[in-house]
Amino acid sequence: MVSASIKSTEIRFGECNKKLLEEIIFYGISLGADFVELFIENSDNTSVLAEEDFITSVSPSFGRGAGIRIFKDKRDGFVSTNDLSKHGLMRSISQAIEMLDISKKTNNSIFNGLEKLKNYSKSKIDWLNEVPTINEVSDKLLLSTKSLKKDKKVVVRKGSYARNWQEVIIASSDGTYATDIRLHQTVGLNIIANDAQYRSNGSRRFGSHGIPNEFRSWDHEKAANDVYESSMNMLYADYVQAGQMPVVLANKFGGVIFHEACGHLLETTQIERGTTPFSDKLNKKIAHESVTAIDEGLSDGSFGSLSIDDEGMEPEKSILIKDGILKKFLSDRAGELRTGHKRTGSGRRQNYSFAAASRMRNTYIAKGEFTKEELINSISDGLYCKSMGGGSVGATGQFNFAVEEGYLIQNGKLTKPVKGATLIGDAKEVLPRISMCGNDLELAPGFCGSVSGSVNVTVGQPHIKVDSITVGGR
Amino acid sequence: MKMNATEITSQITTAANILNIEKWDYGASFSNDFSVQVDKGAAKQLKASQKQVITLRVWNKENLVGITTTSDLSEKGIKKALEQASIASEFGNKNEFTDFSPLANDPIQVKEVDKKNPLGIKKLLQILREAESKLLDSHEAIKSIPYNGLSESFYERIYANSNGAFRNYSKSQAAMYLYARAEEKDKKPRSSGSVKLGYGVEDIDIESCIEEAAKKTIAHLDYSSIKTGKYLVCLSPEAFLTMMNAFSSIFNARSIIDGVSLSDKNSIGDLISIPALNIYDDGLNDKNISSAPFDGEGTPTKKLSLINKGKLENFIHSESTAKIFNTIPTGHAGLGSKVSVSPDWLVVEKSNECSDLNRTLVHTNYQGNFVYIEELNAIHAGVRASQGSFSLPFEGWLYKNGKKRSIESATVAGDIKYLLKNIINIENEEELTTSGISPHIWINELSITGDE
Repeated sequence: MVSASIKSTEIRFGECNKKLLEEIIFYGISLGADFVELFIENSDNTSVLAEEDFITSVSPSFGRGAGIRIFKDKRDGFVSTNDLSKHGLMRSISQAIEMLDISKKTNNSIFNGLEKLKNYSKSKIDWLNEVPTINEVSDKLLLSTKSLKKDKKVVVRKGSYARNWQEVIIASSDGTYATDIRLHQTVGLNIIANDAQYRSNGSRRFGSHGIPNEFRSWDHEKAANDVYESSMNMLYADYVQAGQMPVVLANKFGGVIFHEACGHLLETTQIERGTTPFSDKLNKKIAHESVTAIDEGLSDGSFGSLSIDDEGMEPEKSILIKDGILKKFLSDRAGELRTGHKRTGSGRRQNYSFAAASRMRNTYIAKGEFTKEELINSISDGLYCKSMGGGSVGATGQFNFAVEEGYLIQNGKLTKPVKGATLIGDAKEVLPRISMCGNDLELAPGFCGSVSGSVNVTVGQPHIKVDSITVGGR
Repeated sequence: MKMNATEITSQITTAANILNIEKWDYGASFSNDFSVQVDKGAAKQLKASQKQVITLRVWNKENLVGITTTSDLSEKGIKKALEQASIASEFGNKNEFTDFSPLANDPIQVKEVDKKNPLGIKKLLQILREAESKLLDSHEAIKSIPYNGLSESFYERIYANSNGAFRNYSKSQAAMYLYARAEEKDKKPRSSGSVKLGYGVEDIDIESCIEEAAKKTIAHLDYSSIKTGKYLVCLSPEAFLTMMNAFSSIFNARSIIDGVSLSDKNSIGDLISIPALNIYDDGLNDKNISSAPFDGEGTPTKKLSLINKGKLENFIHSESTAKIFNTIPTGHAGLGSKVSVSPDWLVVEKSNECSDLNRTLVHTNYQGNFVYIEELNAIHAGVRASQGSFSLPFEGWLYKNGKKRSIESATVAGDIKYLLKNIINIENEEELTTSGISPHIWINELSITGDE
């Protein structure tokens, strides 16, 4: 039955729950689990949508829940529930024990109680009070959509804002006991331009973590100009002709290709599945020597940054590829257990209803020595991908990405805009072909969907040149 | 743990009275889900979840709507949700008023399905282990089943409003998916798979799931690249339904109002495909495992003709879009601050105006050259619904003189308007897929980009 009132023995956010959590963890260990982890979450989210000159949607949501994970040998059982009472959590533990078919009440694990609370939320208590009010958000979004009203060809103008606040308590049988508050804010602009049979889209998204005031200083005019210009440039573009060609990928969101095509293959989840071609390539060359790639959760304010991962570990700076040599995989607790790769503070999940998995945070290719112009000048016939859309990677490592804004490169110069391009390839073949990296590294926020749900990430790179890639078109 | 719908409705009524909220509605969902994954016989991840979520809408004195979603169904949680929805209503859309669906009290058609009992994790695990083992044994090149799962779900949905509307249904659903990865020396790995649904695990044809996954994966082992160019194309039922769902904004009144559809308010009656094509939305179809008798606003689900003899016949609507179009809601609404609209389950068939079709084009018999597209991928990235264009990677075969060979990697690109008007055959046999029913559809010429 759904509870009609808050029970007395229930997890309380913002208070000490140590005794209660210890009791629950001890219960799991006493039933034969090797390891017990509790991830308890309280969330408070709001999204606002402005269309044309009206606010058309304000959607608050909030919730509470717990994810309980139990390991026995290398197996794990995961139960999620909205019931945060002692009884509810213990019932979930029993369910996980039963799922793993643990009948033997003995194990090699000893639970010595939780460590002293690591409170990462101390300086973040007021974040929820400091974020812009719905009034402030609405006013600014309406200013941004007004700024897009530059031309009668602009037929759709949208501005959107989302704020996700999350308070977590993480406790596990190795003594981990931590609490944290996360705050992500994102704002996006979308435009559709139309003229007779011609149509184009433009979009930009901005995001930050842990900066309550960030939205207030967002330069909506600059963003509107950028998205308007992009859309107008593409309005009368011809379809690109398909074929193999060299490409220059722009910085910022251009990094989505590395994220999707290579980054995912360096998560231990992929080793476990046997779906990465790089599992036996540690300390071997997998990319051109000009490529150094990093994943970290430390950059101040970046969308993929975190104080602790969702398993209670502080994030590290992981150099994945150094001068073309594979140096590290991203690992979580299950990854370490099953593949032997040490945890990197990369255990992440969308919310309590997902078990954590090894996931990227802020992932980027390090800057090189070339200017953007030098990259373009080195190509006689190719494609410049100024803005990338979404993409995906299949089970065999093959990726494809839509180019949102593209231009032909002819005799070392950018010429006419082209639409409908898709970049197709696989990481193993493309990484050795990244022959030049620019000196203009920039990052961009994004959302990454995978086995543990959608998580906030940053992608990035300088301008890079790929010597040859398949471009899908007409 | 069982949701008590009457208790929740009563709690909302009481809290709404205290807060002086006279008009409200809510949609709620409660589910118990169980799923397993395996890795070469070992249990990989076993999952269970109990979820409860409620979406509340309230109307203020100016008849503006505010909304809140929460998983906290305690008395305190529901009161907070109503308060937040009340605050949100101050920002309600003054440009488009939303109301209760006028059909929210109409009778609904609840399908008499055989609701199954949970098998439990242990049984699910045993079944999946056996399926994985059989698939691994089916061919020496199949080295792993990296994506696999067996799940069962038991859920209840409710809609109620302050006007006395109250409706609910509960059902069970199960799914199995097996995606195998095959490797041969000096060749690239290949992957394919199969998904099967049922009301319960016992309804799933497991042997056919294994057989289909094995057959498809092995068939792709012998591959070659394809030369970039224009090809005669046959779309599998699944591929054609994927395409139509991706471009369903053509039928979607919400998308039309928002300016992101290829249609406009006056498009009803326009010839948008060849006259031989009929498309319905039929959420209540007996074969639709996921059918729901009412939508997010409580409007009954019904069969609706979308394309009749090539002409656009109806749009799908929510309450507010129907009001703008001076019609009635069609049972396709979600429940949100801005109510979304989406199709349920498409059924594609040949109309009786099919004399111009080239009936010699049957994918199992045709001896000429063509590309067979079995499955389209990366829809979210490769479809520009508002522009009508697509550029999508696919799994498929190149047929030459009656012999087929798997295509290494390729994308198909084109325009939905062109595609619908260049259908040159609709095969006779309709096939059931997880997203609807359709026959094979032949397109005169589409651009394919390959590695050559």
